[in-house]
Amino acid sequence: MIYIYFLAAIAVVVVAERVPSVGAKRALYAALGAALLLAPLVDRNDSDYNVLADAGVFVLLALGLNIVVGFAGLLDLGYAAFFAIGAYTYGMLASPQFGIHLPFWVLLFVAAALAALFGIILGAPTLRLHGDYLAIVTLGFGEIVPQIFQNLTAYTGGPNGISALDFPSFFGHSFGQRALPYYYVTLALIALGLALARNLRESRLGRAWMAIREDELAARHMGINTTLVKLSAFALGASFSGLGGVVFAAKLSLVSPDLFQFQVSVLIVSMLVLGGMGNIPGVVVGSLVLTLVNSVVLPQANALASAVGLHVDFSSYHFFIYGAILVGIMLFKPEGLLPSVQRREELRHATAPQDVRA
Amino acid sequence: MPLLELDAVTKTFGTLVAANGVSLRIDSGAIVAMIGPNGAGKSTIFNAITGIYAPTAGRIVFDGKRIDREPTYRIAAAGIARTFQNIRLFSFMSALDNVMVGEHARLRARLWDSLLHTPAQRAEERETRERARELLAFVGLERLSERYARNLPYGSQRHLEIARALASSPKLLLLDEPAAGMNPREKHDLVALIRAIRDRGVTVLLIEHDMGLVMELAERITVLDHGERIAEGTPAEVRRDPHVIEAYLGAPAP
Repeated sequence: MIYIYFLAAIAVVVVAERVPSVGAKRALYAALGAALLLAPLVDRNDSDYNVLADAGVFVLLALGLNIVVGFAGLLDLGYAAFFAIGAYTYGMLASPQFGIHLPFWVLLFVAAALAALFGIILGAPTLRLHGDYLAIVTLGFGEIVPQIFQNLTAYTGGPNGISALDFPSFFGHSFGQRALPYYYVTLALIALGLALARNLRESRLGRAWMAIREDELAARHMGINTTLVKLSAFALGASFSGLGGVVFAAKLSLVSPDLFQFQVSVLIVSMLVLGGMGNIPGVVVGSLVLTLVNSVVLPQANALASAVGLHVDFSSYHFFIYGAILVGIMLFKPEGLLPSVQRREELRHATAPQDVRA
Repeated sequence: MPLLELDAVTKTFGTLVAANGVSLRIDSGAIVAMIGPNGAGKSTIFNAITGIYAPTAGRIVFDGKRIDREPTYRIAAAGIARTFQNIRLFSFMSALDNVMVGEHARLRARLWDSLLHTPAQRAEERETRERARELLAFVGLERLSERYARNLPYGSQRHLEIARALASSPKLLLLDEPAAGMNPREKHDLVALIRAIRDRGVTVLLIEHDMGLVMELAERITVLDHGERIAEGTPAEVRRDPHVIEAYLGAPAP
């Protein structure tokens, strides 16, 4: 059953991006949206919504990282740090930890703002860095943040983290242990994220991001304040994962440092690469495919294997499987499953980078 | 008051003196050329004007304000636009988008407008696109507006760089070897284009190696050699100047 959601969503996006008529495209997306909203009328299995809500969080993360990496071309390998900051915001401000119980809805905003602030804190010292160098510094940042949460035991509960987080409530109705409310929250946040990401791409700021990605020096000559423009990419990208972190923490009712390790950053970058960096529908498809593999296919493969008496833990091979998927993509479709026209062209005419100061 | 004034601008890189006490005045509405052998310091001067390099010594005043310590983006916003010797377009953006990026400094949309597409933002975007189309038509690229910059023919790329530079409504346009690689017909069109740009009220300073083009187009010429200004004057004066002849042809036999 759970497969139907993923495959239908992926199929609709892929088809919608191929149809030439704008009307048909809108109709397809509207149908998908309606189907996702109404699905709980038919499917009463709450564990499906648990998986889907997690998938939704990753779609949100991928949309955010796409702003930084896809639009502005700033390779960020420490994106999970902002996810952690969002999650710990909820963990510390809506739990018995300090006896503070701020509402979930307020903390969504607080976490988005805090993540954005940390986006700027990461961005500011790295403004002069490009490509590999930037990747290394962001990777370091991604390692430092969970370490801090791990070691600030008095505030964060150390390696055990913080548990028994508050259940959010909506007009007095507690979410309780059910996953369904989170499913609706992630749908709403994804709708918001999609609208904002699309707006940004078609704007003065979005063009400035693309310009610095293509040629930073020329961009400066267009009057673009590259400092401000890069920091806004880091901040806005991070705010998406702040939102994702709050939902993730609230649903799990737990935060701990090991949830935000390097592999999470790698997973999100892999989603972009797989789907098609820079292209919003591609990013959605990439994140759905990898979450499907991660949280549905692998556990089921485990169950299947043990049913026939094999003792293989496929989940522990997930890095091997991402690796294989990424190598396959690089070999056969380096621009991703659903690339932007731009990206396809770029990879077709890959040339040595120009660094000559004119 | 001149539009741009360089007062004894020096730029050194370690022991290399790329520009040594170069002074230059450009009046509003003029077409001025800067010539000189390779390595004479012409591009260094362009880079000093646009803030890529801070001059080691000297002052640069544009439109009544000192700009020699300002960052590039602010100098661009103040009204100096340029093209590059080796074309630097945004390769994987359409010709139209390249020009729209060029309009960046003119636009007022803030972060909020970009995020939410406020009515003001929408109106501004429409106007931005419209103006970009006009500029593409002005340089003769209206039919190629949706093509990626890198897929345009070489001559069109040069024209697109000019359209992109004009998009910020600059007061001063710096052209770095605009005729490089062009055939005689294209050069002829370029002369007409640069005159049309000046007639729109834009002052033009160009670096160019094609002497025919320079003599035809420029009202005043500055000649650099080994980082120093060796002559300045009208084309006729510069052509007769013994220092210029020596720099280009070598000293007469003893």
